[in-house]
Amino acid sequence: MNFINDNLLLVILFFPALAALVLLFLPADENKLFRWFALGASLVPFILSIGLWIGFDPNAAGYQFEANYPWYEALHSSLHLGVDGLSLTMVMLTTFLTPLAILASFSIKERVKAYMMLFLFLEMGMLGVFMSIDLLIFFVFWEIGLVPMYFLINQWGSANRNYASLKFMIYTMGGSLGLLLAIQMLGVLFQTYDLQEITANWSTYTSANGIMGIPVGTVKTIAFWAFVIAFAVKVPLWPFHTWLPDAHTEAPTAGSMILAGVLLKLGAYGFLRLVLPLYPDEAKYFAGALAFLATAAIVFGAFGSFGQTDFKRLVAYSSVNHMGFVVLGIAAAASAIGTPDATIALNGAILQMFNHGLSAAGMFFLVGVIYERTHTRNLEEFGGLFPLVPVYGGILIFTSMASLGLPGLNGFISEFLVVRGSLPLLPVYTAVSMLGLLMTGAYILKGIKKVLHGPLNEHWAHGEHKLTEINTREILIMAPLMVLILVIGIWPAWILDVINKAVMMLF
Amino acid sequence: MLLAILPELLLLTLAVILLVVEPFWKVEDRRKAGWLTFGGLLATMAISLLFGRPGDPQAVFGGMLRFDWFGFFFKMIFIFGAAATSLFMMDHEKLGRRGESYLLLLATTMGMGLMASSADLVMLYLAIETTSIPLYVLAGFMLDDKASTEAGFKYLLFGALTSAVMLYGFSLLFGFTGTTDLYKLADNLGPDRNMSLMVFGVIFLLLVGLGFKVSAVPFHFWAPDVYQGAPTPVAGFLSTASKAAGFAVLLRLFIEVFPGFADWTTILAVLAAITMTVGNLLALPQTNIKRLLAYSSIAHAGYAMIGLVAFSDLGAASVIFYLVAYVATNLLAFGIVMAFSRIAGSDEIKDYAGLSRRAPWLGIAMLVAFLSLAGMPPFGGFVAKVIVFAAAVQNPALIWLVIVGILNSIVGVYYYLNVLKYVYLYRMDGENEEAHPIALTRPYTIALLVLGFAVILLGTAFGPWFDWSTLGALNLF
Amino acid sequence: MNFPVLSLIVFTPLVAAVLLLLIPADRKNEARATALAAAVFALLLSIWVYAQYALNGYTDYQFVEKVSWLKVGQLAFDYHVGVDGMSAPLVLLTGIVMFTGVLISWGREDLHAPTGIQDRPREFFAFLFLLAGGVFGVFVSLDLFLLFFFYEIAVFPMYLLIVIWGWVKTREYAAMKLTLYLFIGSVVALVGALAMYWTAGQQTGVFTFDMLELEKAGFSTAFQNAWFLPVFFGFAVLGGIWPFHNWSPDGHVAAPTAVSMFHAGVLMKLGAFAALRVGIMLLPEGAKTWSWLIMLFAAIAVVYGAYIAFVQPDLKYMIGFSSVSHMGLVMFGLSTLNRDGLTGAGLQMFSHGVMTALFFAVTGMIYDRSHTRQIPELGGMMKPLPWAGIGFIIGGLVSMGMPGFSGFVAEFPIFMGVWQVAPLAAIIASISIVITAAYIMRNIRQVFFGEMPAQFEGHISPLTALDKVAIVTLCLLMIALGLFPGLMAPMVQTGVDNILRLLGGA
Repeated sequence: MNFINDNLLLVILFFPALAALVLLFLPADENKLFRWFALGASLVPFILSIGLWIGFDPNAAGYQFEANYPWYEALHSSLHLGVDGLSLTMVMLTTFLTPLAILASFSIKERVKAYMMLFLFLEMGMLGVFMSIDLLIFFVFWEIGLVPMYFLINQWGSANRNYASLKFMIYTMGGSLGLLLAIQMLGVLFQTYDLQEITANWSTYTSANGIMGIPVGTVKTIAFWAFVIAFAVKVPLWPFHTWLPDAHTEAPTAGSMILAGVLLKLGAYGFLRLVLPLYPDEAKYFAGALAFLATAAIVFGAFGSFGQTDFKRLVAYSSVNHMGFVVLGIAAAASAIGTPDATIALNGAILQMFNHGLSAAGMFFLVGVIYERTHTRNLEEFGGLFPLVPVYGGILIFTSMASLGLPGLNGFISEFLVVRGSLPLLPVYTAVSMLGLLMTGAYILKGIKKVLHGPLNEHWAHGEHKLTEINTREILIMAPLMVLILVIGIWPAWILDVINKAVMMLF
Repeated sequence: MLLAILPELLLLTLAVILLVVEPFWKVEDRRKAGWLTFGGLLATMAISLLFGRPGDPQAVFGGMLRFDWFGFFFKMIFIFGAAATSLFMMDHEKLGRRGESYLLLLATTMGMGLMASSADLVMLYLAIETTSIPLYVLAGFMLDDKASTEAGFKYLLFGALTSAVMLYGFSLLFGFTGTTDLYKLADNLGPDRNMSLMVFGVIFLLLVGLGFKVSAVPFHFWAPDVYQGAPTPVAGFLSTASKAAGFAVLLRLFIEVFPGFADWTTILAVLAAITMTVGNLLALPQTNIKRLLAYSSIAHAGYAMIGLVAFSDLGAASVIFYLVAYVATNLLAFGIVMAFSRIAGSDEIKDYAGLSRRAPWLGIAMLVAFLSLAGMPPFGGFVAKVIVFAAAVQNPALIWLVIVGILNSIVGVYYYLNVLKYVYLYRMDGENEEAHPIALTRPYTIALLVLGFAVILLGTAFGPWFDWSTLGALNLF
Repeated sequence: MNFPVLSLIVFTPLVAAVLLLLIPADRKNEARATALAAAVFALLLSIWVYAQYALNGYTDYQFVEKVSWLKVGQLAFDYHVGVDGMSAPLVLLTGIVMFTGVLISWGREDLHAPTGIQDRPREFFAFLFLLAGGVFGVFVSLDLFLLFFFYEIAVFPMYLLIVIWGWVKTREYAAMKLTLYLFIGSVVALVGALAMYWTAGQQTGVFTFDMLELEKAGFSTAFQNAWFLPVFFGFAVLGGIWPFHNWSPDGHVAAPTAVSMFHAGVLMKLGAFAALRVGIMLLPEGAKTWSWLIMLFAAIAVVYGAYIAFVQPDLKYMIGFSSVSHMGLVMFGLSTLNRDGLTGAGLQMFSHGVMTALFFAVTGMIYDRSHTRQIPELGGMMKPLPWAGIGFIIGGLVSMGMPGFSGFVAEFPIFMGVWQVAPLAAIIASISIVITAAYIMRNIRQVFFGEMPAQFEGHISPLTALDKVAIVTLCLLMIALGLFPGLMAPMVQTGVDNILRLLGGA
C-alpha cells in the first residue's frame, strides 16, 4: 500500500493502461468478460481519485501529491506529476465519466476487446494531460489521447465516420503544431521543460538581444497565439470548431460522451494551466480578441444548434455554445487578473467545465439511447414520444434543463458566475453573449419539442418499430450524472471551495 | 648470372621435354601435354621463387638484361597466366591435343619474361618479337576456321606494322644518344631541352608499338576482332599476360629513359582518358561476350595507365598491382567464357540466360569476375582501382583524370551488371535449366577455383602482393 | 586485445553467406535455418555489444580492434574497428533488421500464392548476408579505407537482390538506377577521402587512413570547404538526400520485401552515418560552412517527401517517399551541428530504421497475398491479417511522430536543434507532420478497414508464426524506445559529445 500512497498519481495515471494490456491477453471472444473487466478497471482510478480528493488539502499552495520520475534526461524532461485544485477537479471529472462511458458501451457488439482497450488508453491520455507539470510530458499526453479517439470514431462510428475521424485528427494535430514548436522554443530557451520553472522565467522574460534576433515581445506574441490556437481548436472556439459537429455526430455514444465530457476540457484546461500563467501580459492585451472569439462561439454555436435537424448535431453545437462561456470567463479574467471580478469569472469558467462535462455527457448518452432504438437521429422523424417512453422523457427533460441553465441545476450556477464576473470587465461581449444564452433556451426547447411533444409519429408506436423504454443499465448511467447535476445546482459550495482556493492561489 | 634467366631456362627445358615426350604419346592421350605444361609451369614458378630471387638490381649479360624484382615479379605473373591458360587449352577441341600449342605458349611466355627484364633496346626488340610471333601463330591456330585465320592474320599485320614503327623509334633513340642501354639513354639525352621536340617524336613512335601491345586507343582496333576470332584461351592470354608484358616495358622504358621529359605524362594522361572512355563506351552495345571483354580490357588498359601517369613509386606499384588483379580477374572471366561455350556453343550474351540455374558455381564465378572487373570489394579489382586513383590524387594536376576514371568506372558498372542480369535473372527458353547443366572438366574446375580464390585474396589480404609490387616499383626509381 | 566481438559480428554474415552456398540448392529449409541461425547469432552479439557499451559507462570508442592490413611506403591501411555511441545503436539496428528480414523471407510455399522467398532462397540469403556484413562493417569501421571497402560490399548485392527477386515490372530499371546512383556517390566521396589522406599525410608526415588520426590532421579551412561537399553528398546520396533521392523510392518498390527492409531500414542509415563520420567529423569546418545548404535540402526533403507520399497510390512508393521525408529529418538534425539536433538524428536513424522495416515487412505480406499494392484496390485487410494491421498502425504512429513512440522521441530533439539555428526552417518542416498524419491515417483506413474487394475474400492466407514474431519484435522496440528514451538517448549523446568536441563547440 505504501507504494500506492507514495505514487498515487502514477498509479491512477497508468492503471488504465496496465488494465488495457491485461485485457489484451484475456482469451478471445469473451465479450462479457471484456466489458466487466474494463468497467472494473475504470472504477479503480475513480476510487483512488476519491482518495485523492479526500487527501487533498485545498488550503495548501502549489501542487500536491507531486512526484518526479526520470524520463528523457537528454532533453531535461521528466515525468513530473502533481495536482492542484484546478487539475484535481478535472481528474475527478475524467475518472468519474469514464466508468459511465464504459457502461454505456455495453451495447457495443463488435471487437469489444479492442474497443475497451482503446477506451482505457484514452483515459490514460486525458489523465496525463491534467496531471503533468512538465511541458513535454503535457504535450505527450495531449497527443496520445488523439489516437484512441481517432480509432473509436473511425471504427465504431456511424456512416460518415471516415471523414469525421480524419478531420478530427488533422484539425487537432494541425492545431497543436504551433504548440509543439512553441514548447520546443521554450525548452531550447530554458534547457528545461519543468512547468514551474518555465512559468517563473518566461512570464517575466526579457532580453535586450531578443530571441534569435527577434524582439522578445514579438516572439512572445507569436508563441502566445501558437498556444491559443492549439487550445482553441480543442475547445473549440469559433472559427476552429467545424471538426466538432462531425466528430460528435459520427462517434459512438460513449465516444461522444467522453469527447464532450472531457476532451473539450483539455483545451480550456490548457488556457488555464498554460496560457494565463505563461502569458499574463499577452493574455491581457489580447483578452478582447479572445472574448470576441468566445462570444462568436456562444452566438454561432447557439444559432447553429437551433438550425439542426439532427438531434446529435444539435447537442454537438450546444457544446460549442457552452464551451464559449468557459472561454469568455477566461478572457474576462485575463483582462483584469487578480481582481474579484476576475476570480468570479474564473470560478465560473472552471465550474462550467465540470458542469458541461456532466450535462453534455448525459445529453449525448440520451441521444444514443434513442438512436439505438430508432436508428435515426433526424428530429423530423421523432415527435410525441413522451407517452411511449415517459421515464426517458423525464430524464431527457431534466438533463436538457441543466444544459439550458435552469436555476437549481448546475448549469445555472456556473453560467451565472461567468456572466457575473465578465459583465463589469467586458460588458459588450457579455451583453452580446446574452443573445446566445437566449438562443440556448430556444434550441433546447426545440429539441425537446421535436422529440417528446407534438403529434405522435405512429411509426414508433406499434409493431417491430415500437419504441422501448430506457432500461436499467441506462438509468444506472444517468443516475449518478443527474444526482451530481442536482447536488451542484443546490449546494455548489463543496466543489466551488476547492476551485476558488485554487484560483486564488494560482492567479 | 644464369640465375637472372632461371625462369626462362626452366621454360626452355620444359619446352624441350615437351617436344621430346609428346610424339611418343598416342594422339588421344596428347591432352596429357597440358598437364605436363601446367605441372612444369608450376614447378618453374616454385623453383624460381625458391632459388631465383633477385637481390639488389644488377645488370647482367653485358647490360642486356637487368636482374631485379620488377622483372622477376612480372615473370611470375606471366607464368601464372600461362599456367592457367594451359589448363584452359586442354579441353579446347583444336588446341588441346596438339603439343605445338603448348610449345608456342611456352615460347611466348619466355619472350615476355625477357621483355620484362630487358635493359637494352636491341634485347627489348628481340624479346618483343619472341613474344609476338608465337602469338600470331596461336591466334590463327584453327586453320579451318575462317575467323581464327583472319584473327591471326590481322594480328600479324597490325603487330608487324606497329613493331616496325617502334623499331624506327628505337633507331632514332640510338641515333640521338649513341647507346642502346636503357640505363644510359637518360644520361645521354641529358637535360638538353632543345631536343625535346625530337624526343617527343620518338616517344610517339614508341607509343605506337607499345600502345598496340597494351591495346590503348587509338591502337586498339585489332583487339575485338582478334579476341573474337582467336581460340578463346589464346584471347584470354593475349588480353592478360601479353598486355601485362606491354605495361612492363612501358613502365621501365618511360620511367628510366625519359625522366627529364616528364611532359610525356601529359600525353599518356590524355591517351589514358581516351582509352578508358572509348573502351567503356564501345563495350556498352556489345552482344558478344568476347567482344565485350575485349573492349573492357581496352578500358582497363586505360585505368592502369593512370598509375603510370602519376609517375611516382606509388604509381608504378599501383600499376603492377593493378595488372596482377587484372590478370587474375580477366583470366577468370575468359575461363568462364570457355567453359560455357564448350558446352553451350555460343558466345552471345543472351545465351547466358539462366546460367546461374544451369551451373550455380559458374554463376558465382562469373559474379566474382565481373564484380572485380567493375571494381567492387571484396575483390581484387576494387583495391587495385583505389590504389591507382590514390596514386593519381597525389598530384593535384591529375584530379581531372581521376574524375574521368570515376565516370568511366560507372559506365563499366553498367555493362558488367548487365551481363550478370542475364546470368541471374533471365531464364532459358522453356525454363528447364536443370536439363541443361554445364559440366566442368577437371582442368577448368582447378583453374577457375584457383583464379576465383586469387581474385578474392587480392581483394582482402592484399598486403603481401602490394608489398611485392612496391618492391618491384622501387627498382625503377 | 579483448575478445574481437565486432569482427565476429561483421564476419558472421559473411561466413554464413559462404556456408549457405555450400548447401545443396534443393535443400531450401536447411538454407533458411542456417540463415536464421546466423542472424540470431549476429543479433545476440549486437545486443551484447549494445548492452556492454552501456554497462561500460558510455565512454568513447569501445571494443576497438586494430590490425595493420597493409603498410607500404606511403600507403597504410589498417583493419581498425570500434563502436561509439553513434554506431552502437546502428549495429543493433542492423542485427534486428537482419533477424526480422530472415524471418519474413521464410514464407510458405505449399500454397497457390507462395509468400516469402521461394525462388532460390539459398542464393537470396547468401547475397542478403553479404549486404549485411558490409553494413555491419561500415558501422564499425574506424579506418577510412575499411569503411569504403565495406560500403561497396554493402551496395552491390543490392543490384542482384533487386534484379533477381524484385518486382518484375521495374526491377531492371530500378536496380540499375540504384546501383549507379550509389556507385557515383561513393566514388565521388572516395576521391575526397583520398585527398584527405594525402593532405593529412603531407601536413603531419604520417600517411594513414585511420579516422581517429585524420581527425587530428588539422585541415585548412579552405581545404575543408572545398572537399566537404563532395564527401558529404557522395555519402548522403545513399541517405536519400534531396535532390539525389530519386533512386530510393524506385529501389524500394522494385526490391523484394526483406531487401526493402534492409534498404530503407539500414542502408539509408549507412549513407547518413558515413556522411556524418567522414564528412562532418573529419571536415568540421567545412560542415560549418555548408550546413545551411544541407539544412535547406533537408527541409525541402522533409516537406516534399511527405507531400509526394501523400499523393502516391502505390503503398510501397508511399513508404519510399515517406522514407525520403524521414531521412530528411536525419539530415536536418545533422545540419544543426548542435547537441539536440545530432542526438535527434542519431535516434531518428534507429527509430526510422525499425519503423520502415516494419512498414515494408507488412507491405510485403500484403502484396504476397493480394498481388497488388495499389491502395485503392486494397481494403479490409484487418480481418484476415490483424497482426499486420496492428503493426502497420503502430508503424504509422511512429511515422507521424506520435508521442509514446520512438518517432516522437527522435523528432523532438531534431526540431529543438533546428530551433537553435534556424527557427523558420523548423516551422516550415513541421508542416510535414500534419501531411504525414493525413496520409498515414488515410492509408490505414483504406487498406485495413475499408471494404474488402470481392476477389480477395477467402484468398488471403494468414500470417506465419515467424511473420508475427518479426512484427512483434519491431513493434515492441519502437514502443520501448518511445516510452523509455533513456534506453538509447544517453548512448547517442556520448557519440554526439565526440562530434561536438571535433566541431570545437561545447
